[in-house]
Amino acid sequence: MISMGRYARRRVANRLWLAASMAATALGLIFLFLVLYALLRNGIPAISGTLFTTSTPPPGSAGGLANAIYGSLIMTIVATLVGTPVGMLTGTFLSEFGKGSVLASVVRFVNDILLSAPSIIIGLFVYQIVVVPMGHFSAWAGSAALALIVIPVVVRTTENMLELVPHGLREAAAALGTPQWRVIVQVIYRAAMQGILTGVMLAVARIAGETAPLLFTALNNQFWSANMNAPIANLPVVIFQFALSPYDDWRTLAWGGAMLITFTILILNVLARMLAGWSSRTP
Amino acid sequence: MQTTAHPVAAAAPKPAVKCEVKDLRFYYKQYEALKGIGLPLYDKRVTAFIGPSGCGKSTLLRVLNRIYELYPDQRATGEVLVDGHNILDPGQDLNLLRAKIGMVFQKPTPFPMSIYDNVAFGIRLYQRLRSRELDERVEEALQRAALWNEVKDKLRQSGLSLSGGQQQRLCIARAIAVKPEILLLDEPASALDPISTQRIEELIAELKSDYCIVIVTHNMQQAARSSDYTAFMYLGALVEFDETETIFTHPGQKQTEDYITGRFG
Repeated sequence: MISMGRYARRRVANRLWLAASMAATALGLIFLFLVLYALLRNGIPAISGTLFTTSTPPPGSAGGLANAIYGSLIMTIVATLVGTPVGMLTGTFLSEFGKGSVLASVVRFVNDILLSAPSIIIGLFVYQIVVVPMGHFSAWAGSAALALIVIPVVVRTTENMLELVPHGLREAAAALGTPQWRVIVQVIYRAAMQGILTGVMLAVARIAGETAPLLFTALNNQFWSANMNAPIANLPVVIFQFALSPYDDWRTLAWGGAMLITFTILILNVLARMLAGWSSRTP
Repeated sequence: MQTTAHPVAAAAPKPAVKCEVKDLRFYYKQYEALKGIGLPLYDKRVTAFIGPSGCGKSTLLRVLNRIYELYPDQRATGEVLVDGHNILDPGQDLNLLRAKIGMVFQKPTPFPMSIYDNVAFGIRLYQRLRSRELDERVEEALQRAALWNEVKDKLRQSGLSLSGGQQQRLCIARAIAVKPEILLLDEPASALDPISTQRIEELIAELKSDYCIVIVTHNMQQAARSSDYTAFMYLGALVEFDETETIFTHPGQKQTEDYITGRFG
């Protein structure tokens, strides 16, 4: 016999749980949308042609964020170009060569620490080993700090994605007499490529908004500079500086920069999810 | 000797031995999975390994191209002589060995690339051909695997877009494209529907004229239909090896008879 009393109680409990989890979700979403709303409301007035074509102005005069956008872009590109191959090769070592070895577990452990290290520590570290010996802040130092943040993310995703590739595929390739490096490069990478790319995009999204490591490395530059050996402007530090200033036009530019970064990251995340979606659909 | 019942095996002269397995023992860590196997594999004949799950038939097959060496805690002792040369010799080059001894697995394993590139993959490893010649080799392999007519208009499509049975024939085409001397088939039809299975069996009969074929199968009818010689294994030991005809009509061992009549296994 079904006890109607117990059933009714269970239904009520079920509803309560559902309501509680929906409320929690709504709370999170409300704040997300409040942030996006504030960004749009305050950021849109800053968007104009000059935002992208002129450099950061002195207080009271007109200007844009061109130097900061360029600096952020170039440092993100250099960091990704350096960090991705290092991360991919390390992830490949962990999954394909070092499996079960002591070295691999040590590398994996250290990588996990690096992955969760506060980014300001990374900034200080690069300050000590790059900025101090060079004697000045530079775009190279900034790129190095960002690359150190990219590496552990790519190592982790590469290892995980390679492990998802079925073992039968490795056996099938080896059974044709394929040397191991060709098995990896021509078959395994191909099977895991979308997943690895997703990881790289998430890493790019992460470094695009990093401020702390750049404060100690790239610093800032109020003029246009493409010199990698000199301090360079970048969006996060410019936002930090301008948002705390008493000048209205600087604060407007800070809002514009914040909106630019947020939406770039949003787009990168959406792209990464779409890529991940495609890769999970192909068997 | 029976001469009428099995015309193929009986009419032909005793075939040449392509591969001779001698006192082969195999270990997963400490566990002995093969306990001193010895049998011949004849050229241009099909040999079937049958036996209940876990009897070591796939393990035996995986020794023949040393694919087990992908896993560090597996090892083999004894001798496997291919054309008189012991392939278990530590000096044996594994890639050259595997180019000579092709393998098709239970689950179809097309590479994530086009149908054409799947078949060309193995050829490109060892030969640098002009694109015309490569085209011919790919077509030849696909023809032999009875897949050409179905894929000739979509060679650039992904190998993953094919059906399961087509994927398995693609894997066979990929294996024979490198012109191996021995072809190892590990339950090649167990994941396929009856029609695809029949096509694979027809294919085996076709390919027999050129290769030494070894097939592991759970399906006794398949062993009876498509093989010339059968090895019955049980608990890591070879119980009986003989012409398929004999194994299925007058097995020498009680265990073999019990297994093929379905009393256990």
